[in-house]
Amino acid sequence: MNKRLKTKYDVIVIGAGPGGLAAAIEAKKAGAADVLMIDRDLELGGILLQCIHNGFGVETFKEDLTGPSYAQRFIHDALTVGIEYWLDAMVLDVTPNHQVYVTGSQGGFRVVEGTAIVLAMGCRERTRAQIQLPGPRPAGVYTAGTAQRWVNVEGYVPGKNFVILGSGDIGMIMARRLTFEGAKVERVLEVMPYLTGLSRNYVQCLLDFDIQLQLRHTVKRIIGRNRVEAIEAAAVDEKWQTIPGSEEIIPCDTLLLSVGLIPENELSQKAGVALDPITGGPYVDEGFQTSLPGVFAAGNVVHVYDLVDWVTRAGQVAGRRAAQYAQCECVKEATTIPTAAGENVRYVVPHRVNPETLTTEEVMLQMRVTQPMEAAVRVEVYDGDTLITRKTERYARPGEMVSITLKGKDYDAVRQAQTLAVRVVRKE
Amino acid sequence: MKKHYEVIIIGAGIVGATTARALSRYALDILWIEKEADICTGATAANSAIVHGGYDAVPGSLKAAMNVQGNALWDQLAAELHFAFARSGTYVAAIGADEACALEDLKARGDLNGVPTEIISGAEMRRREPQINPAVSTALYCPSGGLCDPWGATIAAAENAVMNGVELRLNTAFEDFLWDPDAPRRIVGIHTNQGDFYGRWVVNAAGLYADAVMHQAGLRPEFTITARRGEYYVMDRAKVQIGTVLFPVPSKISKGILVTTTLHGNTLVGPNAEEIANKEDVDVTAKGMREIWDGAQKLVPGLNRRDVIAVFAGLRPAGNAPCLTPGVDYHKDFIIEIPESVQGLVNLGGMESPALSAAPAIAQRVVELLADAGMTLQEKPTWNPLRPARPVFRHLTHEQQAALVAQDPRYGRVICRCESVTEGEIVAEIHAPIPATTYDALKRRTWLGTGRCMGGFDMPRVVDILARELGVAPLTISKKGRGSEFLFRRTKEAS
Ligand SMILES: Cc1cc2nc3c(=O)[nH]c(=O)nc-3n(C[C@H](O)[C@H](O)[C@H](O)COP(=O)(O)OP(=O)(O)OC[C@H]3O[C@@H](n4cnc5c(N)ncnc54)[C@H](O)[C@@H]3O)c2cc1C
Ligand SMILES: Cc1cc2nc3c(=O)[nH]c(=O)nc-3n(C[C@H](O)[C@H](O)[C@H](O)COP(=O)(O)OP(=O)(O)OC[C@H]3O[C@@H](n4cnc5c(N)ncnc54)[C@H](O)[C@@H]3O)c2cc1C
Repeated sequence: MNKRLKTKYDVIVIGAGPGGLAAAIEAKKAGAADVLMIDRDLELGGILLQCIHNGFGVETFKEDLTGPSYAQRFIHDALTVGIEYWLDAMVLDVTPNHQVYVTGSQGGFRVVEGTAIVLAMGCRERTRAQIQLPGPRPAGVYTAGTAQRWVNVEGYVPGKNFVILGSGDIGMIMARRLTFEGAKVERVLEVMPYLTGLSRNYVQCLLDFDIQLQLRHTVKRIIGRNRVEAIEAAAVDEKWQTIPGSEEIIPCDTLLLSVGLIPENELSQKAGVALDPITGGPYVDEGFQTSLPGVFAAGNVVHVYDLVDWVTRAGQVAGRRAAQYAQCECVKEATTIPTAAGENVRYVVPHRVNPETLTTEEVMLQMRVTQPMEAAVRVEVYDGDTLITRKTERYARPGEMVSITLKGKDYDAVRQAQTLAVRVVRKE
Repeated sequence: MKKHYEVIIIGAGIVGATTARALSRYALDILWIEKEADICTGATAANSAIVHGGYDAVPGSLKAAMNVQGNALWDQLAAELHFAFARSGTYVAAIGADEACALEDLKARGDLNGVPTEIISGAEMRRREPQINPAVSTALYCPSGGLCDPWGATIAAAENAVMNGVELRLNTAFEDFLWDPDAPRRIVGIHTNQGDFYGRWVVNAAGLYADAVMHQAGLRPEFTITARRGEYYVMDRAKVQIGTVLFPVPSKISKGILVTTTLHGNTLVGPNAEEIANKEDVDVTAKGMREIWDGAQKLVPGLNRRDVIAVFAGLRPAGNAPCLTPGVDYHKDFIIEIPESVQGLVNLGGMESPALSAAPAIAQRVVELLADAGMTLQEKPTWNPLRPARPVFRHLTHEQQAALVAQDPRYGRVICRCESVTEGEIVAEIHAPIPATTYDALKRRTWLGTGRCMGGFDMPRVVDILARELGVAPLTISKKGRGSEFLFRRTKEAS
């Protein structure tokens, strides 16, 4: 494939996870003459390749698929519509004028240009340093995703007795996976007073296997010079300070960290794309265009999703818009309305909405709440005191993305709005 | 047949490495031992990386003399060995009148030590480092201060020594001396966990354990080395850009918590100073982290803790040797000596800061001491002072990168995404004169896994490459030697 590599493409997609795949397919379907997808991994599919558990595609296909089978459907489509791809190739740089610097063991070092670019680099895991875990630095402290790769892709179990810090989804899923492998998961510790991952994973991965979850607990210290020998766990108070007297030494040889994901935006930053300090991803409009004209972003690179289905959907929107941009190569002058995070909302994506979009398609506003609310809630979009639209949910939890859709009927209200402020409040 | 060496060197930190390299110039059989699985794992592995000017060392002390002489040797050393070094200059920033007075004292000391410094205004300081605390009123600038890559320097010097014939044995721990049965105070070799080795001279460069080595020889019972721990934060270079080396006004026990750039571009914050009973205790502590953060705020208030990508700690080998210069009341001096009461030993003790800066001079001093003691130092015609650089992908221009990848496609495959370390670089280090056989050894040579993802991405791939290149099973690959293997067993499906 690389011999045929051109120097210029209508659309270049960086990253071949579900976000990138959806964007590439949709761009081609929307009329882009040629689409190139680049990924540093050896295969298409992104992080899904190591997610061999089920729970993917319930929204998109109304089927409960594994990560690789979910990915396979899009890989099939991508090959069918004729997407070009370059694997085992790392994008080193993206310039503001859409030059993409790539190096790969096959195909060598190249510069390719995309009329439009879709950033779909996914996210990376937070590490020990970011949560500043005290202790020495032995082998046996891994992020849950690294352990997942070892077990599911490389075929190695990285320990016998595990403690998992953080109740994120990957950590809980790994607790079950490691139990299947005959390892003992001693404990899952979560510093927050609530679960940070999906409730279904708590039931299916921890409860069903009698793995104990301790909320409001953390690792105070790692013990072991060469290899982890134990960790010291402790309860924390409201200010996240460990409570003296609550310490407990838990012997284990591996500590897995499932303490959050960070959108991977070093490339975006180099290109000059403006980033939202709260999401860690680019500021985007409803078509996922970033602050740089012709540069779009899709998937976990924008904000961390809980379900792959929404990643796919975002990728489709970004791909379609990228194709449109490539075909007219113009910056549409559009008046956009900013969104804003209101009561109990941490952030809203997209950051701005062009009301004219509502004449042809719906716009989904996605958000994370700051506090869990375990009774019925209303998700409401306001412009000042004027309610634009609202919906009801059974509950709202920080671990699960909340969304609300703006539709054609909202066009007039949105067009006249100053801001679209979203709040999530208890239903009276 | 027992092999007899002329010199046996104990310890592979910067002091051992520069000494081994200096001695490799001469026609001598040299054995160099290190107890760990790699070189450069002790104090040299975790420090501030500053090549001090020498203005603050106590005038008249051996420390002052070695620091100033050592500082002057770094340009040539870096040029011959191809490691990163920059004469960047260093600053001590003062807030208020009392601290400004302290700067005058430092300047006066510098004058005594023969180290030129200059006092600059707060405004000038802010011009040179815009992120500095606006309350800074004056600063001391030392133009001869510099920055090095301590890993790179040690590894390059060690490699050059090995290229010139020094025999390096890792995983080999000194345990005791072998004595001449006929001449009671004459050393004829050493006993290690790997057997006995015979040599005429033993150089004690054991860092934190140099006191124990001396005590084995029945020397200096009153001399002790205390581990003084210093903890650090490393900041993401994509988020924090400090371009200078900034010290606060020093305290009695340390140079204080500094904010400094590194030659790798990441800002470093630390160290604190805490005496530790256990000489292996490189724990990072919650208390220490608070302390260094508070200290750093004083110099650069704008730092954000969210931008921390790594934490680590190092141990200073702090000694209690009195200064030998008459009239100088100082009790933390270096020991660089051939003791009179035994034959065949060179002691290097109390090698805390600025021993990194001083190391090239300490090595020269060892050569002089041995020459004075009657050793024949005949220069080898084959001695090559140059250690060629190996390609570092991230340092190349795009054109150079393209050429390198065209030549060897393994340089096109990026293994560590944050630091852009390629498979080509990793493989080159595994097959280098001092082969890198552990993850941490590769990290110190290539900087892989030192970025914001802390190896989360590269670890499985590096384990794979190490196993492949060394021809062993991935299960045997370790972080830092035996007992630190990454993996436990194969999965059920795979086995
Ligand atoms: C470890 C892990 C486990 C997860 N498990 C689940 C789960 O069980 N269920 C669920 O619904 N969701 C899960 N998620 C969330 C999941 O990430 C998303 O649902 C979805 O896979 C994100 O898709 P994406 O395309 O945005 O990113 P990714 O799938 O991460 O794809 C990004 C791609 O970009 C490539 N890339 C990045 N930078 C470069 C570069 N510079 N050059 C070339 N290529 C580059 C990467 O190699 C990768 O293939 C998990 C996420 C992680 C990190
Ligand atoms: C926090 C901190 C900050 C510092 N900052 C600076 C600075 O900015 N500038 C500066 O100039 N200096 C600085 N220093 C000091 C500098 O790091 C040390 O002085 C220097 O690295 C000492 O080198 P060394 O070779 O003597 O010791 P080490 O690097 O400790 O080497 C000694 C070696 O001997 C080995 N060894 C010990 N016992 C045995 C045995 N029995 N058998 C075999 N091998 C053995 C050890 O494993 C070790 O590898 C700092 C130190 C610390 C801790």
